[in-house]
Amino acid sequence: MRPSDIAHPEHFHKVVDCQYACPAHTPVPQYIRLIAQQRYSEAYLLNWESNVFPGVLGRTCDRPCEPACRRGRVEEQPVAICRLKRVAADFKDDIKAQLPTIPEQKNGKKVALVGAGPAALTVARDLAPLGYQLDIYDAQPKAGGFMRSQIPSFRLPEAVLDEEVGYILDMGPVTHFNHYVDSLQSLLAQDYDAIFVGSGAPRGRDLPNLPGRQQADADIHIGIDWLANVAFEHTTSIGEKVIVLGGGNTAMDCCRTARRLGGKDVKVLVRSPFDEMKASAWEKEDALHEDIPIIDNHVPTEFVLENGKLVGMRFDKVEAHYDSSGKRTLQPTGEQAFYPCDQVLVAIGQENAFPWIERDLGIEFDQWETPVVDATSFQSTLPRVFFGGDAAFGPKNVITAVAHGHQAAISIDLFCQGESVLQRPAPRTNLISQKMNIHDWTYDNGVAADLRFAVPLADKEQALNDRRLEVELGFDLATAYQEAERCLNCDVQTVFDAANCIECDACADVCPTSCINFTADGDEDDLRGRLNAPSSNRDQVLYIADGLKTGRIMAKDENVCLHCGLCAERCPTGAWDMQQFNYQVTKSAELLAVPLVPKQQRVG
Amino acid sequence: MSYAKSTFRHPSLQPNQLGYDKRAYEGALSTLCAGCGHDSVGAAIVQACFEANIEPHKVAKISGIGCSSKTPAYFLGKSHGFNSVHGRMPSVATGANMANRDMIYLGVSGDGDTASIGFGQFAHVNRRNLNMLYLVENNGCYGLTKGQDSATTDVGSVSKKGQANPFTAIDLCATALEMGATFVARSFSGDKAQLVPLIKAALRHPGFAFIDVLSPCVTFNNTTTSTKSYDYVRDHVAATGAIDVIPMQQEITTDYQPGSSHEVTLHDGSVVHLYKGDVDLDVTCKVSAQEAIRRHQLEGAVLTGLLYMDPQSRDFHQMINSVKGPLRDLDEAALCPGQKALDAINASFR
Repeated sequence: MRPSDIAHPEHFHKVVDCQYACPAHTPVPQYIRLIAQQRYSEAYLLNWESNVFPGVLGRTCDRPCEPACRRGRVEEQPVAICRLKRVAADFKDDIKAQLPTIPEQKNGKKVALVGAGPAALTVARDLAPLGYQLDIYDAQPKAGGFMRSQIPSFRLPEAVLDEEVGYILDMGPVTHFNHYVDSLQSLLAQDYDAIFVGSGAPRGRDLPNLPGRQQADADIHIGIDWLANVAFEHTTSIGEKVIVLGGGNTAMDCCRTARRLGGKDVKVLVRSPFDEMKASAWEKEDALHEDIPIIDNHVPTEFVLENGKLVGMRFDKVEAHYDSSGKRTLQPTGEQAFYPCDQVLVAIGQENAFPWIERDLGIEFDQWETPVVDATSFQSTLPRVFFGGDAAFGPKNVITAVAHGHQAAISIDLFCQGESVLQRPAPRTNLISQKMNIHDWTYDNGVAADLRFAVPLADKEQALNDRRLEVELGFDLATAYQEAERCLNCDVQTVFDAANCIECDACADVCPTSCINFTADGDEDDLRGRLNAPSSNRDQVLYIADGLKTGRIMAKDENVCLHCGLCAERCPTGAWDMQQFNYQVTKSAELLAVPLVPKQQRVG
Repeated sequence: MSYAKSTFRHPSLQPNQLGYDKRAYEGALSTLCAGCGHDSVGAAIVQACFEANIEPHKVAKISGIGCSSKTPAYFLGKSHGFNSVHGRMPSVATGANMANRDMIYLGVSGDGDTASIGFGQFAHVNRRNLNMLYLVENNGCYGLTKGQDSATTDVGSVSKKGQANPFTAIDLCATALEMGATFVARSFSGDKAQLVPLIKAALRHPGFAFIDVLSPCVTFNNTTTSTKSYDYVRDHVAATGAIDVIPMQQEITTDYQPGSSHEVTLHDGSVVHLYKGDVDLDVTCKVSAQEAIRRHQLEGAVLTGLLYMDPQSRDFHQMINSVKGPLRDLDEAALCPGQKALDAINASFR
């Protein structure tokens, strides 16, 4: 195989599974180490630089990092990365002084941001330190977008959201709340150098053609609208018997909120099998924990009314069948079911809607009525209009919106400075040896065998009586430390230098997970077939180095490397070294006074 | 800091036929110098016992004194062990073997422990064809006492000390052949593909099996002028050909070219396959082995691989017609056969 190009930024980036999986590429192992070192403020700021809303995300993130976590491949459960992020937010000091200063002297460029959700707020944060003049428009009375309107406060306390949104509003953008932008044309007519559209995916899907839909309209609510009404206190109660339709996270938020607003018999009915529901596993667990049954394989067929009043819903039972390519079809079993209810919450998805964008402005729309947006620059076909978050490519999640915001901010800055938006800045990377002394590394390289620690929950009775009472209590510091120690420090890379290797096999012998091989070269299939341990996970690269005296190659399967450093410990010649790999997505502005690479400090 | 081996292992590694995973054969984390050849030998022993489906508690590891003799702490942590007096491992192994012939005896020694202080014991354990594997981790120096030349250091070899060795080296394989060993092999710590099957075959051999493993001392004897350095051994190695051990009752699945392989059937029906290399050698002929060793020595090459094995080997117990089982199984009736038996014995002397 071709020797690995470890100088390429993406080579070692892929080894840091969590960071690689994170849309914003948050340096996860690095902040987890800072938590273990009780440096919560630094851990917070490192997060803040990457993902802007650590306190929000530490509670509500979709956590693509956790399924990717290497720990989950070595034992069952990944590190509780998300909840450790919350620890940083919960235990930090006042960090305001560390935030970037906003220049008094503006740079003369003016940008309008449509929407005050995570994408637009990220753009604002990334541009404000450069001296941009920013105008934020939002239809709601407060900033936060879907973070405020759709995430119930028992999952995300308002104070946490206010704090993190506040850091950005304090940077001085001009806010126009309660201001629904109904015409892009009129915005374009103003003196904005660029416009960012981060208006989300505001339209909840409905079931307009289901019998009884019109007649029962008063008792049927669209999930996201209903959640927003609860958040802004337009809605304060619900019937006792509630059916929630849908299997995503919004459905989970709906059913749990319904339980708190007076719903006694709340159930979720979903078309797909339980295991294939879109909702995150932990959100399903949380719903079940609050005595909400999730009834799967049920397709709604009718809203049933009696005397003009909704009394229940009828469903067809289905079974999932899969063809040879794995494609699923739901086939009716012939059985029907009826569930009584007073009200129905429809949470079966949401979509983009741009009734306020005139179609003759030069912004191209595709067949699904969504704007054509460049996936790298987030620029639309009208050069000074940029899109991001759910508005760009449909509903995703907060962390994706943040990642879009960073890239859009870079584009807007390039555009306003008259440069090509295609000239993307390279990520910043470096590798730093972590060796301090014999048997002494800067990081805690012993691999803890602890199983994942559970986050304690508030008393269920109390939680169900108060929609503002946060259910998850967060880790205490002692548990946080133990959970942090479960991190395998995947960013501390095993770096191999063939010129120093004497091929004594010490590394291969000591490696607990049999990752390291010295063997004859071959193509990838051949090599993977004859390594010391099965090498079937092709998502994980083989680290190949040539230049050994015997003409063999060093082949390391990165799949279950524990980053314990024993290879480097047992190497007599320093051919192996443990080097911390930093990977930072370049932002439009320098955002942190503290360096990305924390001071090397002994752990323990 | 941490210098501990995680208990995690590769999640897809399969256990062996006995249901043991490889961890059951591992020992404590080594405290030898990083890069020591002995650690590779230990890893090869772990691999061999794992692959050969040997129950760890059926093995007794016995050693003397030296870096080599420390190594039993680093493998087979669930086996029995006896770290004995310098050069006296053969006596302890003999005693243990006499008391319980059902165990598998693994003696681990070094060049000092075998070729110097223990040379006398080494000669006699060969002669007795004691059923054991006697493995020497041969680094050509006294590593534990700062690397003085040992009795296996080649003439002219220069270690880190900087002085050429003036004395003739003892060739342990040649000695073993001369003294009566019935299985003799030489290998290299850096060649597990060769060493692991040799250990498996040696553990199965009914009689005295000797393996001289060149195992470089990274700290004192891995210089460019030493004949026991990693580079020198790699550059001068000549191998007799690979071997493969097929246990009895197991179907032979390995493919090999007709005529390229030589089979030796062991007493229990297992088969050792020898794949012929370039070396002209008949491994069942002692004279052929002696001649091959000598010839390679003269050419400046290190001959590795299986050198000799006697398929008709009769071990010490068979030679002295000792009791068939472990002594601990003998009951009072067997130990005190009574007046009648004594009378018969006495009568036989009259």
